[in-house]
Amino acid sequence: MNSFLAEYGTMLLQETVATLEMSLISTLFAYILGIPIGVLVTITGEHSILPCRPVNVVLGWIVNMGRSIPFLILLVALMPFTRKVVGTATGVEGMIVPLIVAATPFVARMIETSLMEVDDGLIEVAHATGSTTWQIIRKVLIPESIPSILMGVPITLITIVGYSAMAGVVGGGGLGDVALRYGYYRYQTEVMIATIIILIILVQIMQSLGSFIAKKSDKRTR
Amino acid sequence: MIEIKDLAKIYHTDHGEFKAIEHINLTIEDGDIFGIIGMSGAGKSTLLRCINLLERPTDGAILIDGRDITGLSGKELLQLRRQIGMIFQRFNLLMQRTVEANVSYPLEICGMPKPQRKKRVEELLELVDLTSKAKNYPVQLSGGQQQRVSIARALANRPSILLCDEPTSALDSLTTNSLLELLKDINAKLGVTIVIITHEMSVVDKICNKVAVINDSRIIEQGMTKEVFANPKESMTRLLISEMQGGGTENE
Repeated sequence: MNSFLAEYGTMLLQETVATLEMSLISTLFAYILGIPIGVLVTITGEHSILPCRPVNVVLGWIVNMGRSIPFLILLVALMPFTRKVVGTATGVEGMIVPLIVAATPFVARMIETSLMEVDDGLIEVAHATGSTTWQIIRKVLIPESIPSILMGVPITLITIVGYSAMAGVVGGGGLGDVALRYGYYRYQTEVMIATIIILIILVQIMQSLGSFIAKKSDKRTR
Repeated sequence: MIEIKDLAKIYHTDHGEFKAIEHINLTIEDGDIFGIIGMSGAGKSTLLRCINLLERPTDGAILIDGRDITGLSGKELLQLRRQIGMIFQRFNLLMQRTVEANVSYPLEICGMPKPQRKKRVEELLELVDLTSKAKNYPVQLSGGQQQRVSIARALANRPSILLCDEPTSALDSLTTNSLLELLKDINAKLGVTIVIITHEMSVVDKICNKVAVINDSRIIEQGMTKEVFANPKESMTRLLISEMQGGGTENE
């Protein structure tokens, strides 16, 4: 065990950090882009506060398209674009662009689902008090769905961790890369198992922490 | 004064036309507590929602202090709604906001500065006797307390009209009584005109000076509460009154 850690410990730690770096940065950007899209898709719906069929249909279509492309294909297909944006299509930086592209529509759908949970009665109150559309979004729709939106964060993050493992294919670094290089090409099963254990622990921590924060934020339970 | 003239709301559905309300004529004077009573599906909720244009009438006019509001849109519509308070059967409080933040909501959206807002919220919470609950969240309150918060919220912008959508239907009878007392108080103290829809004649009996009975999308009877109770003309009215008196035997 000690000799294993001495040999691979530093490397595993570095690659764990790389995985976290890729996942967290991509998730952050995916939320920055996905929240407005999710809000727009929701409010332009037929019975929502700003019905607009063309916008709703087009956005819904783009989101679905984004979600229907398997990540591995997206990763390869985006390479020229990625090179243009960050200068390289490999390594951690090279992974962040396709991860954001993959996660944004995912986040948009999660946001939509959360916003749809807001009680129609609250929207009616907002209208009855003379709120503008923007005020309804900012003061009713989003604040009332914060616990649900927060519940979605670990789900997104964990999905992205899974996607990020495919970085190995493009020499992108992170735990997926380690598993591929050591476990697959060099038959070093113990390294492969170590990456799996680390991933399981990461996912558990993310989910527990995320759920805890979401529950803590919800004023309906205290 | 609210004058409703030949009002109709017709929905066009896949199964054809559905007339929620038609040929509605009502006059609600300033300071009235006006009850609109009917069975569920009679159209009373649609009628109430036309007054602040949550529902757009298909036909007819609603004059508030002489001005027809049915055509209002944009800024004028927001302005109108800010002058009309509304409370609901299910209270509809913002669950992620404290009591005081709920009451503050209507003030925030019309841009009242924070110090004034704080003062106004204190006044309102005092009015509904919930000062001690200011920092609590709605989930920590009883149904009656939640409805009082929603009353405070509805009165925040000093409206001249308060619309009440079955305000006591989710409450037990004791809480109902104290809530009705509160509404009566508010009417007397602030002079707010109250329009209240309900399916319970006892609510009308306790606080309304005038009543209209709505059945099958139309007003079938209206007048001073005392007179309608003393001399009901329509069988539906008699049925609703006997129901209240615990008779209920006239049910067919």
